[in-house]
Amino acid sequence: MTTEALMEKLKGIVKPYVKSEEGFKNMTENSDFLNDLKINSANLVDVILDIETEFDIIIDNDSMEKMLNVKAAMDIITTKLNEK
Amino acid sequence: MHERVVITGLGVTAPNAVGTAAFTEAIKNGVSGIRFYKELEALNFSCCVGGIPPLSEELKQLYLSPLQLKNFNSNGILYGCMAGIDAWKDAGLSINENSEPDWDSGTVFGTGSSSVEKLRESFYKIDAGHVKTLGSTAVSQTMLSGISAYLGGILGLGNVVTTNSSACSTGTEAILMGFERIQSGKAKRMLVGGCSDDGPYIWGGFDAMKVMTYKHNTTPEDASRPMSATASGFVPGSGAGALLLESLETAVERGATIYGEVLGGAMNAGGQRGTGSMTAPNNEAVQRCIKSAVENAGIHAGEIDLINGHLTATIKDVAEINNWSKALNRKGNNFPFIHSLKSMTGHCLGAAGAIESVAAVMGLYHGFIFPSINCEDVHPDIAAIISTEKIPQKLIKTNTLQVIAKASFGFGDINSCIIFKKYNG
Repeated sequence: MTTEALMEKLKGIVKPYVKSEEGFKNMTENSDFLNDLKINSANLVDVILDIETEFDIIIDNDSMEKMLNVKAAMDIITTKLNEK
Repeated sequence: MHERVVITGLGVTAPNAVGTAAFTEAIKNGVSGIRFYKELEALNFSCCVGGIPPLSEELKQLYLSPLQLKNFNSNGILYGCMAGIDAWKDAGLSINENSEPDWDSGTVFGTGSSSVEKLRESFYKIDAGHVKTLGSTAVSQTMLSGISAYLGGILGLGNVVTTNSSACSTGTEAILMGFERIQSGKAKRMLVGGCSDDGPYIWGGFDAMKVMTYKHNTTPEDASRPMSATASGFVPGSGAGALLLESLETAVERGATIYGEVLGGAMNAGGQRGTGSMTAPNNEAVQRCIKSAVENAGIHAGEIDLINGHLTATIKDVAEINNWSKALNRKGNNFPFIHSLKSMTGHCLGAAGAIESVAAVMGLYHGFIFPSINCEDVHPDIAAIISTEKIPQKLIKTNTLQVIAKASFGFGDINSCIIFKKYNG
């Protein structure tokens, strides 16, 4: 999957949880889920569940802890997809 | 000096209508919200009828955001939020996500049990080893205080935010708890009420106890028959009712519509002694509760024009009438009018007292006594105590309705009684 395609999928996944329209419009690899997109920290687990469903992958606890921004999420998704 | 407490907002999500305008029309016309549910029949329920508020997906979305509705499976919270938000807006109060907390406004919003459907969904996931998939809202949807927490966040409440629970007395108790908080000057406004889930997992235990009727599965609208000789058990209901209580001073200051006044009330228990048990009331306790409410309201028993009863359509209706008669020392033609909203909605459990109080206050404000349907054949033991003319079979329009007594009783041998009065300035 290309980086662009992955980014588009990720945008679709986080959209319902985003509290900053501005942050969402300018979402890049460097966006932070909490600080830039203003996602409620409790909702991070929901984002990860939705990622698991969308990509049919399992994200372990260690990986979950690291998924605080778009870049980390994309790296972990790519790694897990390659392991399949 | 106690603050006077008035009602400035109302909201209701009932089996026979959603929203106060539709609800007022429905209760005036004696419209039943009881339906047959195939799902209950498929699960071998004896009682396959019940009352569930008619809702559309579009309507839900007017109250909860797409994010709140994601993985949402808690009907009681939904009904409570709808009624609560409606009551708040009806009082002319605004909702602003970016406001400061409203330190003067709180809520006591009760429920009899937490969201059983969401719990069931969670149990299956946990038992299958998938605890991780519960998501972030399994706790907030299943904690007993879920309803008050949801409302507190939506409305930005900064005073006490809590949930009370006292079985079928819950809704009425919530109103009295909020009333006392305003009366004592600890809050200016309290959103009070109760809500209840529906469906087989909450109703099943009652079906097993054989306290619900199994005789009207083919005639659901005739099923709920409070005070009738042919009453054969209650019909389960669900929904929510909400009242915005406010100190008279701030209500007048805001120029708010005043629907009525809460004069006072009382709560007690029978200790499950004597005639009392887990499931049956101690009659002396019921009478004491009613007498205390009258005294607390500062009125005489003779001033009560109408009783909005607990009256569930079980064998206990006769005992309730007898308790009212003894407590008020009134009988025959001298007895007040009496009716049961449960004839139209079924028994909405933790929401019952709140929905019924909304009906009572609507009657006070608009000047009507709604009919108590399905009791053309008044129970002979009731007719021996009070004149059957005191049980309205048809809508009564009146401009003399001043004082209503509303009571609720619950498992655990607990009682609550409120006195509402028309606001005359």
